[in-house]
Parts: sequence; C-alpha cells; structure tokens
Amino acid sequence: MRMKSGLSRQLSQRTAFAVLLVATIAVVMVTLFIIVRIAVSGAGALNWSFLTQPPTDAGRAGGIFPALVGTFYLMLGTLMLALPIGVLAGIYLSEYAPRNWLTRVINLAIINLAGVPSIVYGLFGLGVFVLMMKFGMSLLAASLTLACQALAMTITTSREALLAVPREYREGSLAIGATKWQTIRHLILPQARPGIITGAVLAMSRAAGESAPILIVGAAFIVPGLPQSPFDRFMALPYHLYTVATQVPGVPGDTKWAVALVLLAVVLSFNVLATIVRLRARRQRV
Amino acid sequence: MPRQRSSATTAECALEKGLRRRWRLGERAIEGGIFLASLLAIVVLLGIVALLLRQGLPIFSYTPPWAFLFGTRWYPVSEPPTFGIAPFFVATLWVTAVATAVAVPVGVACAAYLSEVARPAIRETAKPIIELLAGFPSVVMGFIGLLLLSPLIQSMFNLNTGLCGLAAGIMLSLMSLPIIVTVSEDAMRAIPDDFRQAAYALGATKWEVVRHVSIPAALSGISAAMMLGIGRAIGETMTVLMIAGGALAMPVSPTAPMMPMTAAIASGIGNAVRGGLQYQALFAIGLLLFLMTLAVNLVADAVLERQKRKFQR
Amino acid sequence: MTAASTVSRDRMPEHSTTKIRTEGVSLYYGAFQALRNITLDIPERAITAIIGPSGCGKSTFLRIFNRMNDLIPGARVEGTIQLEGIDIYDRCIDVVELRKRVGMVFQKPNPFPMSVFENVAFGPRRHGGNNRGELADIVEKSLRQAALWDEVKDKLDKSAFDLSGGQQQRLCIARVLAVEPQVILMDEPCSALDPVATLKIEDLMRQLSNSYTIVIVTHNMQQAARASDISAFLLMEPDRAGVLVECGPTSQLFTSPKDKRTEDYITGRFG
Repeated sequence: MRMKSGLSRQLSQRTAFAVLLVATIAVVMVTLFIIVRIAVSGAGALNWSFLTQPPTDAGRAGGIFPALVGTFYLMLGTLMLALPIGVLAGIYLSEYAPRNWLTRVINLAIINLAGVPSIVYGLFGLGVFVLMMKFGMSLLAASLTLACQALAMTITTSREALLAVPREYREGSLAIGATKWQTIRHLILPQARPGIITGAVLAMSRAAGESAPILIVGAAFIVPGLPQSPFDRFMALPYHLYTVATQVPGVPGDTKWAVALVLLAVVLSFNVLATIVRLRARRQRV
Repeated sequence: MPRQRSSATTAECALEKGLRRRWRLGERAIEGGIFLASLLAIVVLLGIVALLLRQGLPIFSYTPPWAFLFGTRWYPVSEPPTFGIAPFFVATLWVTAVATAVAVPVGVACAAYLSEVARPAIRETAKPIIELLAGFPSVVMGFIGLLLLSPLIQSMFNLNTGLCGLAAGIMLSLMSLPIIVTVSEDAMRAIPDDFRQAAYALGATKWEVVRHVSIPAALSGISAAMMLGIGRAIGETMTVLMIAGGALAMPVSPTAPMMPMTAAIASGIGNAVRGGLQYQALFAIGLLLFLMTLAVNLVADAVLERQKRKFQR
Repeated sequence: MTAASTVSRDRMPEHSTTKIRTEGVSLYYGAFQALRNITLDIPERAITAIIGPSGCGKSTFLRIFNRMNDLIPGARVEGTIQLEGIDIYDRCIDVVELRKRVGMVFQKPNPFPMSVFENVAFGPRRHGGNNRGELADIVEKSLRQAALWDEVKDKLDKSAFDLSGGQQQRLCIARVLAVEPQVILMDEPCSALDPVATLKIEDLMRQLSNSYTIVIVTHNMQQAARASDISAFLLMEPDRAGVLVECGPTSQLFTSPKDKRTEDYITGRFG
C-alpha cells in the first residue's frame, strides 16, 4: 500500500466515497423515478370502469378487465402447479436426500433451471404442452409453462426454509416416538411456512409480470370474453401492455401508462407482500 | 443401521411387546411422492434439452452449422430461405456488453457503499428499493425505455431512431443491477472482519481498506455477480424486443437498431410454420441461447461455491 | 478386550433387575471408532449416571439406547443391546416404537415453538390421541409428574418460549412422560441451567426413578454423586475411542474407586 501524505489520503477517501454514494443514490433514484413516473402518468386514465370493462377498438378505448382476470388465473395456475411440487421437492432435499450423486444432479438441475431464459421456457411450453400434449394455445399450457419456470424458485425457497428449522426440533420429536413424516408434517413444515409462502408469493409475482413465454403459448391480443375453461385462450396484463405500447397505433398515452401502472402495482404489491411475510416471521422467531 | 440377522425368538418377543417393525404404508407412499417430485427438476431440464435438440438440430441438414452461426443473412420466407444468425448473435453481444459496462461498475460501487460505508439505517432503506428493481416486469422496462429513454438517446446521438442496442443495453443494465449488487454485497460482507482490522492496524484509511482489502478479497464473488448479471442480460426478451430496434442487418455499432437472439425468437415464432425450416431455425437459436446461459450460470455457481469455501472456518 | 470392559455385574445393587443390557458394544463413525467394547447393565427403576471427561463418547453411548445414532450417516453399532431381553438393533425392531418406550431429554432445552399444552400433547397426538378431554388429562398428569403443573397451569396456551430455562427443561421432561416411556435418557439435562433449576431437576429425577428407569449423562461429578444410584465412568483411550473404565454403585465408585484412572478423575487430577 502506498503511503501518501495524510491530507491527500483523506481527500482521495472523500472523493471515492462520494462516487460510491452517487452511484447508490443514482440507482435508488432511478428506481423511485420509474415507480413515481408510472404512477403519476397512469393515474389519469385509471378509474373503476378501466378496471372492470373489456377493451374496445383494439385497446384504444375501454378497460383491461379480461387482462386482469387472465393474469389472475395465470398466477393461480402457476401457484397450484409449482407450489406443491416445490414443497415436496424441498422436503426431499432438506430432510431425505443422502449425500450422493443423484442429489448433486438434482441440485445442479435446479441451479440451471433458474438460469434458463424465459423465452426458452416458452419454446419448451410450445413444444411440450401446446403441441405434444395437445393442450393448444391455452391458459392451461401457459400455466404449465410458467409453473416449470417457477419450479426452481419454489423448490429453492422451500428447501432453504426447511433447512433453517433447528435440528433440535427434529431430534426432540423423533425422541418421543414420532415418525419422520409426522415430525416433518406437524413440526418442521409449520415452522418453514413463512419462508415457503414468501417463495410462493414471489413466484406468483413473477408469473404476473412474465410476457415472453405466454406470448408463445397462448396469450391473445384481444379475446371477446373471459376464459371459460383451462383450454381457452386468454388475455394477460403484460402482453396487453406490450400490444398497446408497440402493436396498435393511436392508443392514447395515458391509457398505456395506466396499463403499466396496473401491471406494476400487481407485481410490486406481491413483492412487498413477500417481504412483509418474511420480516414478520423473522420478528416472531426472536 | 439395523442388522441383517434376526432370530426367531427376538422376533417373537418383539411382537409380544409391540416392538415389531411396522411398514406404515401411508408414510412410505408420501415419501415416494416426495422423491418423485424432486426428480421433476431433472425431468424438466432434460425435457428442455431434448426438445431443443429435437426441434432445432434438423435445421443443420438444410443450413450447415457454420453457415447458420456465421451467415449474415436471415431471410426465412424468401425462395430459397437463408438462415444466418450472426446479426442476432452480435446484437446479443452488443446489448449484453452495454448492460455489463453500465451495471458492473455501478453495481459494485453500490455494493461497496452499502456493505462498507453506509450506516445501517441507510442500508436498510436503500437495499429493499434496489431489490424492488428486480421485481419490475421486463415489459414495463421495455415500455419505459420506449417512451422515456429512446427519445433521449435519439436526440443525444442525433440518430434516426432511438430504438437501438444502446437503449436496450441501458434498460437491461437496470434489470441486472439488483443481482449484481446483492451478490457482490454478500461477497464483501462474507469477508471476515480481521482482514480489515489488520489493514487498519497498518494505518490504512477506510477507503484504502475498501479498495485494497475488501474489493480484492471479494473479487471472485464480484465476478460471479457479473456472470449472473450477464446471464440475465443474455436471456432477457421483452425489453430488447421492444426497444432494440428489430433490424435484421448486422449491427456495426451499439447505436444501430438490432435484433438480439431472444427478440428474434419472440418475433418469429408466431409466424413460423410448425415443423418448418424457420421453426427449426428458431429452436436452434433457443438451443444456442440455452447453452450460453447454461455456461454462464455454471461458471458463476462454481465461482460462488469456491468463494463460500474460502472463508469457511 | 481391555480390562476395563470386564467390569462385572456383581457390583450392581442386589434388589434391582436389569432393564437394559449392553454387551461388547462398539460404535464406529465410518472408519473412526468412537466406542470400544462396552459392557454395562442398566438397572430398572434406578438412576444410572454416565460420567467422564468431555469427548469420551458419553452422549454417543446414551444415544445407542434409543437408536438416535441411526440419524447420523455412516454410524455403525456392534455388540448386543437388549431392552428387557430384546435386541433393539434387530432387523425386526420398529425404531419408532422403541423411542416411545425409551424417551430422551436433551442438553439444551428444546421446547417446540408452540403452546405449553401442545408441547406436551405433541407425542400423544402423534400416537393417535385426539380426544381433547383425554389429551387434557394426559397433559395435566405429565406436567404434575414433571413438577411443573403448579407453575404453568394458568398459561397452558402461552408459548413454551415464555418459560424460564429450568421450566423449559421440565416441560421437555413432561413431553417425554406424556408418551409413557419405560426408560428416560437424559443428555446433560442441567448443563444449560442455573444451580437452583438444576436442583429442581435432580429432585424430579429422584421422584421419577420410583417408576422409570433413568440414564443420565453428566460431566458434573457432584451431580452424579448427588443424584445417581449407579455410576459408570467412561474414558477416552489414546486412539480417541471411549471405553468403560469402571462401573458400580455411586457411593462405592466415589469413595473407593477400583481403578486408578477413576480415582484420578474424581479427585480432579485430569479431565
């Protein structure tokens, strides 16, 4: 380490910390700016009928009700498919998995699943659910595709939540003659619940914001009514934002912003919900 | 650990005293289900690989791999069609390079500030906000880029259109920032405090400790963070689809309109005849994309594992 | 076979019958031998203390009796361990049923994160009891047996974490009692407690020994001397395997030890 004079070292420290601070402030400000800008610009066109009416004139007028409902169904579908499997696999990895090659392969697969681009999940969904299983371009195919994408997250969060439960509880329960499954079911799982819920909520939030895969496997630009069965096509908020922003000329500006606002509100409120669940659980444990 | 031998008398006594082994078939069934569920992660990953290979590889009997990778002309509907993806590949490189060039310095600076300098109150406020950025849907980022950033870039660089690789790269940098900040910060916080104490004892200032101790010691974690950020940028679709410009020509500079690989798939797959040549070509792009992100993520994971072990005592 | 392992049965108190018999027990973690050739009888309805310096394998030995070592990958047991004449490591033995009969209390109080009532009711519920009235009876009986009822009867619905450390440990004992075991294993049950709480637990053990067989591991020699009927002294050999040095009525072991090493240990010369 070179030793410069005390004064110049103090000066370089001040300059350096100022740069770091500016970088941090810049990131925080950009984030807040995006949120505020969308809120301010979108609030104008946002009203009750916008949320409860179907779009008319290719999205230039009317509301976004079918897109909201479609996104709600997608979130629900993803949750119902990805959560149970995520929890079961998480239980296997935290409670049962021996230290062998198979466990290593499973963990490696999870890491890689988390990194697969969403558009590739779209291709997978198209090939497997739409064509091979003949579900067609549908809500079901889209939910399955998004569930595959969410799997890595639900497994990882469940596994970590279960591993965080102290070993003493397991021993205490086994030592009074509870079976392993009883111990997991009645003692470990309830303890891990907040962590599991956090992961599930985050997975839903992602499903709500994802557009690339559903654009391939079933989201429609305009559907006359709400989906009546899992095999129907559907509208979804992110895809709707994409179309009104890029595909339809002449959509009023504040309508686009309002769509963006609703989408961001849905996604971020689930993010915040996940944070609250996590923080509350942490406080209770202390 | 039970032994294999079992004498008849023991078995009888055990039965008498209710100690006889029970099978608990219900629980065995549940445990079987648990095991099968965990295999699903492998099944899905292998399924993706198998599908991409099956749908994508056939294109190479029409266009040889080198012509596919290095060809600069993508005319899927002309007669005869040509499939050269070099412009897409280069576009992906451009936007990823821009994203990395912006996100890594800024992200590492943020991480250094939050882990080494910031008071806890500031840290606890700034971190959740930055993490919020990770939750922004990519279509919203594309929307913001489309309406706010690209007009700015158009006038700044005096371009025909602001929809270009630069605009897309900057929006992507915002999207990969949270992961870079989080992973780098974790790496710096994992450094044992005695490393820093030792430097302070030599009379170093706080900045000198950050620069010569914390950042170098966390370097492998920071590079893993960079890899994860790159992986995110490579795979991002909607943002680049909306604001990279969508031009099929070979992009010669980041300010040119361009079509990254993900955007090429997203915009082409809807019109491609299922099983046709274009369809196969798009799956082949998907395969390449998959391999690129796989490599990046595997390296990042290996680096992170090594970093984790380094400070374990 | 070392001389120590041949400690004979004839020094046991005459009145008692043997509840658990171990013969030539060795335990391995992979290639490492943690216990060597231990032969020891645990008398019924008495308190047997296992003493010795830390690391000599006392806890490991204790965990053989309810097969808790099964949870550790690579652990392997040799020799015979019989509960009332039944080899508990036999293939046809149900570990869950065994652990109902041989309960265990741990070093650090480990109440479950639920109410006092649910802590005690946890075992009975798992074993099929769901009748609220019956459960309430079991809970009250167990808490009374654990000398905790008067202190907690008004806060059965409060979290178990609100209790003091000593109360938590007695709650853990009540939790074991609720499944009506025959043997209670205690792994340094007082090491995390203050002296007053420790004496309470010792009194409790004394009462419980009228109806239960108790095996306690302790590094506290005063405790062993105060609270146990039989003492077994374990020591680590140079290869770090634990062996049984000496075993006998506590009064005898502490006043006139047969083995020089025992004498050294109890007079505080090492350990």
